[in-house]
Amino acid sequence: MAEVAADDAQLVAALRAGDEATFTRLVSDWSGSMLRVAQIYVSSRAVAEEVVQETWLAVLRSLGQFEGRSMLRTWVFRILTNTAKTRAQREGRTVPLSALRDPGRVPEPAVDPDRFLDEAHARWPGHWASPPARWDTLPEERLLGDETRAVIERAIEELPPSQRAVITLRDVQGWSAEEVRNALEVSESNQRVLLHRARAKVRKAIEEYVEET
Amino acid sequence: MSTVEALSCQEVVELVTDYLEGALEPDEHARVEQHLAGCTKCGAYLDQIRTTIRLVGRVDAASLSAEAQHDLVEAFRGFAARP
Repeated sequence: MAEVAADDAQLVAALRAGDEATFTRLVSDWSGSMLRVAQIYVSSRAVAEEVVQETWLAVLRSLGQFEGRSMLRTWVFRILTNTAKTRAQREGRTVPLSALRDPGRVPEPAVDPDRFLDEAHARWPGHWASPPARWDTLPEERLLGDETRAVIERAIEELPPSQRAVITLRDVQGWSAEEVRNALEVSESNQRVLLHRARAKVRKAIEEYVEET
Repeated sequence: MSTVEALSCQEVVELVTDYLEGALEPDEHARVEQHLAGCTKCGAYLDQIRTTIRLVGRVDAASLSAEAQHDLVEAFRGFAARP
């Protein structure tokens, strides 16, 4: 993302020059994802908010040291994860790293196994018994309505923290897989496992909503 | 098409993300494509996942409380005022 790097130089220059509008915009654009990442490490939303605030203060203090060797956003998120880890240790909280390092250990089917024919089925083992409905025949305003949006937001809210962070960065914020991998210090395949499970659960929530009403 | 090689629908739904991410080995990718070409149910599932991704892209990320944002801007002014 070469254009981002050019943007970064401008952003940093504006911040160093004390441009309040730039700072306000960055805080508003990035803090949501920062909260989601902080919540992987700390116990509550309230503590996560404090971690994000601490991070921004640390960013302001160290802005003079930013050398532009990484993207500004990557640099900010590195400060964030360090701040969150320190905070988690102080809280005496064991950081549940297994969720990031080994998410595939506990299997979690994307779709309820009951919706498929038995492995022992004579003709169609593992094929759909209760197939998914087509959503492209639904009225578009149904899918795009506020209620569906609320269903999706709730579904994301209810995800385990590491899945929630990955879907927020990838699909809400549109980050690349590589950037998410760097920000969360997670392997490529684990990132995909987390994304897969998060999307599957949000899909299910949408399905339950559009099909029950 | 050999039945030994064919993927079941249950297997395909678990490969959907790797498929969309372009992370499958070429032969595995081909098996998924082959399945999708003949299975409208899995096609519908894939469409649902694509729609899910599109709809998730429309939600707002969580945000800091207004108070926290205000405090940060105050702090920024303090930093900016320093020589």
